[in-house]
Amino acid sequence: MRRTGGFVLTGLVVSLLLAAVVSHFASGAPDGLDTVTLRGCELDAAHEITGGECLARTADEHPVGGPFADYATTGIENGFLSTAVAGALGVLTVFVTGYVLFRSIRRRDTGTDR
Amino acid sequence: MDTVAMHIADGIIDGPTSAVFAAVALALLAACVVKARDDLDERLVPMAGLTAAFIFAVQMLNFAVLPGVSGHLLGGAMAAALVGPWVGALCVSTVLIVQALMFADGGITALGLSIVNMALIGALVTYGILRLLLKLLPRTRSGVTVAVFVTSVVSVVAGAAGFVLQFAIGGVADFGPGLGAIATGMLGIHLLIGVGEGVITATTVLAVATARPDLVHALRGHTLPHRPAVAGGAE
Repeated sequence: MRRTGGFVLTGLVVSLLLAAVVSHFASGAPDGLDTVTLRGCELDAAHEITGGECLARTADEHPVGGPFADYATTGIENGFLSTAVAGALGVLTVFVTGYVLFRSIRRRDTGTDR
Repeated sequence: MDTVAMHIADGIIDGPTSAVFAAVALALLAACVVKARDDLDERLVPMAGLTAAFIFAVQMLNFAVLPGVSGHLLGGAMAAALVGPWVGALCVSTVLIVQALMFADGGITALGLSIVNMALIGALVTYGILRLLLKLLPRTRSGVTVAVFVTSVVSVVAGAAGFVLQFAIGGVADFGPGLGAIATGMLGIHLLIGVGEGVITATTVLAVATARPDLVHALRGHTLPHRPAVAGGAE
């Protein structure tokens, strides 16, 4: 069975670059769901609702918020850096969470553990 | 850029409907865990972690589909193609849970709704379509490309239809556009987003299939006339 270490490491580096650097060039326009839920409302430059009636009117404030709310890192003023840190830490968090989850699900009786 | 929340917020769909979808999501995710045990070997564990991390990253890359409207990868079809439907659904769910808890992206009570739309419809349901298309289409790189592309488009539109169904059952707002306009808007825009999803997913799956065909779950037992080292070969 061919090893996967090099492939996975390469993939992680690509993911980090996409989330931390390429994300800077992503469109800031509302996505498909937001477009539909915001239809009928007037928005300001920051996409905050200023008037009108739309589905998003009934949305609650996010109950958790979190350290990287809206893909910005709390405490970092610089917009590029703020998103870069949030994106990179998000990639690593998802990878580690997934790795631990899938490792714990995996059958152990057949394993030839390294 | 100013990526903000992309997934369903709390308060859009009412509590009882959200709870029912959360229960459905939990039950199906439990089934995924049981079935994933058969798929997960020493190689698939890091691959699954990578697939989840890659989907998280690419979800940040909103692309324009209309003036003032963007879309982004949902990832269900990609996950199913790369690591199989059961592990794939768990990958997308992992992304959605991390986004809701750390990035304020998608509500907490709304998690079940999003997991059903993007992980369960996106990866589980559409995997059947992918297998069928792989069986029907020629066993060439073009055949795989078309199969993955079409599956991706269907997965995104089906996920959007999932939201329309959820809103029809338990939408809170009794103002704004009517259900017909919501359905037309969601399905129309997501057909365009689905094309983007298809391009990204087909490109990614082909790239992995070229570098390491043994790591593409959907191509197991599907011998392509590939010559991995030759660029553009075997079309």
